Amino acid sequence: MFENLSYTTLQEYWWIIVSLLGAILVFMLFVQGGQTLIYSFGKDKISRKIIVNALGRKWDLTFTTLVTFGGAAFASFPLFYATSFGGAYWVWMLILFAFIIQAVSYEYRTKPNNFLGEKTYMAFLFINGLLGTVLLGTAVATFFTGSEFSINNMNSSFWQSPYRGLELAFNFTSYYTYVNLSLGLAVFFLSRVLASLYFMNSVSNKDIIVKCRKLLIDNAIPFLIFFLFFIVNILIKDGFAYNSVGGEVSLVKYKYFHNLIEMPVVGLMFVIGVVLVLWGIINSFIKDDDAASKGIWFTGGGTILTVFALFLISGLNNTCFYPSTFDLQSSLNIRNASSSEYTLVAMSYVSLLVPFVIAYIWYEWSSLNKEKITAEEMENDHHAY
Amino acid sequence: MDTFGLTVVEWSRAQFALTAMYHWIFVPLTLGTSFIVAIMMTIYVKTGKEIWKNITKFWMTLFGINFAIGVATGIILEFEFGTNWSNYSWFVGDIFGAPLAIEGIMAFFMESTFIEILFFGWGRVSKKFHLLSAWLVAIGSNLSALWILVANAWMQNPVGTVFNPDTARNEMTNFWDVLFSPTAVNKFLHTISSAYVLSAIFVIGVSAWFLLKNRRIVFAKKSMLIGAVFGLISAFYMFATGDESARRVFNDQPMKFAAMEGLYDGEKNAPLVVIGLMKKVPTPENPKMNEFAFKIEIPNMLSYMAALDPNAFVPGVRDLVHGSEEHGIVSYYERIRMGKLAIKALSDYKLAKEIASEHEAQKHLSVFNQNYKYFGYGYYNDPHHLIPNVPLVFYSFHIMVGLGTHFLILFIVVLFFLFKRDIVKARWLNYVSLLTIPLAYIASQAGWMVAEFGRQPWVVQDLMPTLSAVSNIESKSVIVTFVMFAIVFTVLLIAEIKIMLSQIVKESKVEED
Repeated sequence: MFENLSYTTLQEYWWIIVSLLGAILVFMLFVQGGQTLIYSFGKDKISRKIIVNALGRKWDLTFTTLVTFGGAAFASFPLFYATSFGGAYWVWMLILFAFIIQAVSYEYRTKPNNFLGEKTYMAFLFINGLLGTVLLGTAVATFFTGSEFSINNMNSSFWQSPYRGLELAFNFTSYYTYVNLSLGLAVFFLSRVLASLYFMNSVSNKDIIVKCRKLLIDNAIPFLIFFLFFIVNILIKDGFAYNSVGGEVSLVKYKYFHNLIEMPVVGLMFVIGVVLVLWGIINSFIKDDDAASKGIWFTGGGTILTVFALFLISGLNNTCFYPSTFDLQSSLNIRNASSSEYTLVAMSYVSLLVPFVIAYIWYEWSSLNKEKITAEEMENDHHAY
Repeated sequence: MDTFGLTVVEWSRAQFALTAMYHWIFVPLTLGTSFIVAIMMTIYVKTGKEIWKNITKFWMTLFGINFAIGVATGIILEFEFGTNWSNYSWFVGDIFGAPLAIEGIMAFFMESTFIEILFFGWGRVSKKFHLLSAWLVAIGSNLSALWILVANAWMQNPVGTVFNPDTARNEMTNFWDVLFSPTAVNKFLHTISSAYVLSAIFVIGVSAWFLLKNRRIVFAKKSMLIGAVFGLISAFYMFATGDESARRVFNDQPMKFAAMEGLYDGEKNAPLVVIGLMKKVPTPENPKMNEFAFKIEIPNMLSYMAALDPNAFVPGVRDLVHGSEEHGIVSYYERIRMGKLAIKALSDYKLAKEIASEHEAQKHLSVFNQNYKYFGYGYYNDPHHLIPNVPLVFYSFHIMVGLGTHFLILFIVVLFFLFKRDIVKARWLNYVSLLTIPLAYIASQAGWMVAEFGRQPWVVQDLMPTLSAVSNIESKSVIVTFVMFAIVFTVLLIAEIKIMLSQIVKESKVEED
């Protein structure tokens, strides 16, 4: 079946898969956002326990999505994997560090004799929520703003900055640092918005729901400001295009805006996504608890559509998805960074498993979330975190 | 660049070894206890007896504590291929990346989805679905081991691939050759069976502690029974696959095989060293080759183990370095010469391509293809740099095999006492069982060291040396992350052990039904 597809179609197919994984990952970052909100629910132990346990039932799905996103990027676009991870060393190491300390925190937090104490594990969760979202968002912004690297004729990559990726978030003399950070902060606040909606969906506790409504608006406003700043900037900036015949890279005015127009399905997806995100937020804020509990599906679905569209305009329609501002011709696109045709075909068969994976995740989600989490349950649950 | 006397390659190796060895402390227990918990839960669902529910919940708690830190230490490994070994990521990403991606899609999602049901499903889902989840967690965990071990096996024995000079990387030509290579099959089976043995020893050892404290007698004996039966079956399997693995190493990595046995000069009717002590006699040309001060051997056994023929010739380290026409061994000197020809031909080919001289390009390509088999050797000048650390590999191998034998005997003895004697009164056996827990971890780490140190200096056997696989990065960055991970993982390990011990003590204080 996949053998009949052309190499270029396979490359596009895999960019779509990687983009979809990236979009789902951003949605799943509600876990990280929720971790930064734990302290917002006051010092009441039971409220905190409910919040931690609501997140604790989903944290490893987010973790797995991140790992699979990395694995899929490695398998389908290994030159990107080698260039970005080997180059922006410190950004990725900080992200990884944030996820390492998260993985044990739920399980160890309240266990007796846990060596570091509950407060430390809570701090780990907060650090993961903050660094994980801001740095991942900042790293993705470089898909549009570019990084400084070169690639030689043996496809070895050389990062130019001694700060190894940190310059993308902390070099405040560059305007694009602000653009990068704006996406990082947008993802951070979006994850908190999604977390508030998730709690409204999965928790049965009046005080928590009331608090979530307030948190929803408190975080939606900065999210919208940073998101708009980022979107306006990338739509009016020059984009990194490549010639589909010779592969030469050049700067093209309003490239990303044109991509939205020239790929109308993607453009429509973007618009619908944004509308759904806003609808979920507004609806959950103004309507009753029953309606508010559905907000996660509107805003979550909208997040997936919007981020999916952003990834697609960064890599399809002859666009370099990992541009180099140091050496334009070193920029990576789905043609020069991809795996061989054979590997993409083999991997495409594996991708047929994705619908089954989504189906059983959905089944698991609905089984465990059938009944909302209550204070009583927390007191009796053998495995409560 | 040298920092503290070590190069970026050595720091990167140190960091990878650190993270991999820490990860490998936790993974074997996850692989085995996931099945043990599933078996225990099956008995509970079948019998409906409360004691089996308690047993399941207890071992599930320990499984969860261990699983969390396994996840924490695992994420760094996948991304380290990119951060620290970016040249490797490109050179083999076409082959190596696929198993990692499949691991994520096929195994990690299954594991992480159903583990939530396993932990939180009590009373929320039906008993049968809960039980199914337990089995799916075990299958998911072991599937993830399959894919990463397929990738690792390919590094030991690169098959199903061809080098593309235009992209300067290896490209997959046959997925099934990669998946079902004998090296991959053996590596997977041997590794998971050894993990099951470790888990069984953990269950037996902890249960033995209950018996020594005279607490939870029925609970402990039932757990021990499951552990011993599971362990005994796994141990037989571990030996069978280990035996086959040795033959694979003999065929595909003869230098590693020679190092495992400390065999410097090859011979027919080669004896197997059962116990050996190496004396330190470093010579300038052979700094890694220490002769034996003492050894006990079984005549002909090594030849038989390697080729199922007691008269077979087994090459030693020196035979491989200097070559042997009689035995068809190309010397390392010749391989280095051919490797250098391949490297130069590839460079000339790329230059000819750039100036669009197709005729010249084809000429260089022909030279490249003739010599590609030994491509990686061209990065070296001195063949002695191609010898792994012989004492380290030798001792690791013998510790692994020796302890493996002890485990097999222990399972048999424990079962004997469970069925024919009163194991509660056999305090010596319970002490031995308890003290065997750390030995299982030592054996497990030793096995990893045989596989990975024995492969050095290759990251991909014969094709890519470790020194050319590293990222173009400053060693000071790697030092900082090395220290960072060393501290974090050590702290988390201490936390894990303390929590585990607390849970075990807590369980021992519960009154028996």
